[in-house]
Amino acid sequence: MNSTKIHLSKLDLHYGKQHILKNIESEIPEKKITVILGPSGCGKTSLLRCMNRLTDLHPDAHLSGKILIDGTDILSSNEDITNIRKMMGLLAQRPYPLPMNIFNNVAYGLRISGRKKKKYLHHRVEHYLKLVNLWDEVKDRLHDPAVALSIGQQQRLCLARGLAVDPQIILADEPTSALDPQSSQAIEEKFMELKEAYTIVIVTHILRQAKRIADYVIFMYMGEVIEQGPVNEFFENPKQEKTKEYLKGMFY
Amino acid sequence: MRKMQVRLSRAMRNNIHGFWMVICLALVIILPVTMAAGLYWKSSVLLHENSLLSLVFSKEWKPISGQFGFYPFIISSVWVTMAALLFAAPICLLTSIHLTQYAKRWVLKVMHPVIDILAGIPSVIFGLWGILVVVPFIGNYLGPWLGKQVSGYSILAGAIVLAIMIIPFVLNILIEVFKNIPDELTEASLSVGATRWQTVKFVLLKKGMPGIVAAFGLGMSRAFGETIAVLMVVGNVTRIPTGLIQPGYPLPALIANNYGEMMSIPLYDSALMLSALILFVVVLIFNLISRYIIIQCDEKC
Ligand SMILES: Nc1ncnc2c1ncn2[C@@H]1O[C@H](COP(=O)(O)OP(=O)(O)OP(=O)(O)O)[C@@H](O)[C@H]1O
Ligand SMILES: [Mg+2]
Repeated sequence: MNSTKIHLSKLDLHYGKQHILKNIESEIPEKKITVILGPSGCGKTSLLRCMNRLTDLHPDAHLSGKILIDGTDILSSNEDITNIRKMMGLLAQRPYPLPMNIFNNVAYGLRISGRKKKKYLHHRVEHYLKLVNLWDEVKDRLHDPAVALSIGQQQRLCLARGLAVDPQIILADEPTSALDPQSSQAIEEKFMELKEAYTIVIVTHILRQAKRIADYVIFMYMGEVIEQGPVNEFFENPKQEKTKEYLKGMFY
Repeated sequence: MRKMQVRLSRAMRNNIHGFWMVICLALVIILPVTMAAGLYWKSSVLLHENSLLSLVFSKEWKPISGQFGFYPFIISSVWVTMAALLFAAPICLLTSIHLTQYAKRWVLKVMHPVIDILAGIPSVIFGLWGILVVVPFIGNYLGPWLGKQVSGYSILAGAIVLAIMIIPFVLNILIEVFKNIPDELTEASLSVGATRWQTVKFVLLKKGMPGIVAAFGLGMSRAFGETIAVLMVVGNVTRIPTGLIQPGYPLPALIANNYGEMMSIPLYDSALMLSALILFVVVLIFNLISRYIIIQCDEKC
């Protein structure tokens, strides 16, 4: 029932001499929403980037420890890095549509992994655009450049792009911070639906949002995990001083 | 009352400064316009007697008998420029992609000033290098290897020298283009399972395309107008070039070699002015198109 999807063990991240993540230990439950909280600069984004191995892009980043996904360590496994990344859809703080039309944005991940049949692509693109509630808004202009969409639409498009490669995990870094209240709510509701099928990890600064959507909460401070636990316990009965202060809004 | 005076004179000084700035600005703008007008005025003598089209497409260059066909020069210019661009393009693209996407950060940090220094080398030095290295290589090895007896002074020599000259210039712009593409775009592509190279091919090249076109447009206008380095190695033979290792005679070389001599021949100076005007307009157009693309891109991206 409550099995672990991602197991972080003794995870340390350095950027050059800077120690960014310190001995992170966590078990992220499968098919639940896990929210990462913490003041700015505490390493939330960095933690997400580790899980997707985007830290590989930084020549001066050094990562040690283990990230086990379904028991396999993605930091040491011989698995192709592209397959590891495909397991996880990434949603950035601001949407970054690829420089191509709406249709191709969603089809991109499928195309580059070799699935090129037109009919199949059409079917998939429609499916995922419907899944993120974007289909009705764009079905008549699938061949317009994706940058012409509103920010909220772009964020949903990026979600569809990530989902189209059939990941098991969704990593979202402040996915609603650039959105208006309505679009935010739409995304939030989407996540509530998606957790039926996906393991979701969200970074947010909005405590109320965390309370609304989280099943499990991880609280970080200065690169360390201070406290973690099920959402009710975390908000109603925090054990650490730092957590209590944070919940009072002290670190804002 | 005194206060009033101070304020007045300040305002006046301000106005005077403003006046000079406007004058300087006007100079910068008016100078090229008057230059173009002057060139046109001087060359109009020739244009009265022949139509521009017939001059541009006529192959006969016999100033003594009043025949001024620019075709050999224009074709030489086009060949040298195109060949140079063809050599430089893949090198610039691959180098800039490597430096911005694959290389360690210190490599770019070291390369940046190196490229700047290369861009600042006077063109006469490139010309010398061409005479000492490229020309003998073509004359002694490449020509015989192709079964041709050539001096080595050729379109190819000009193109190679030009390519080397514009590489640092174009490279600098391309590096900026690729650096300005947000990392998040690369990450978005990678996170749906693309490889590094797929990301370059499908996302970065596409996103950077306007900048890439503009970079090569600027490189092209540089190459088209470059005079001394090309003049030194290109052979300067008035003939329509029949091959890359044959000599040519580009427009800038024509002007530089002949202006001030042979001026007693009627219409000769007018013909040289017309070639200068053609050069001026072509380079201006390349530049304008490139700048326009850059501006368009800045607004959209
Ligand atoms: N590429 C990098 N090179 C060096 N240091 C970095 C890099 N990226 C992040 N850092 C550092 O890592 C620390 C954590 O940054 P991170 O972006 O993970 O914080 P965050 O918790 O996501 O903050 P925010 O809430 O503001 O987004 C910061 O001190 C930051 O300066
Ligand atoms: Mg962050």
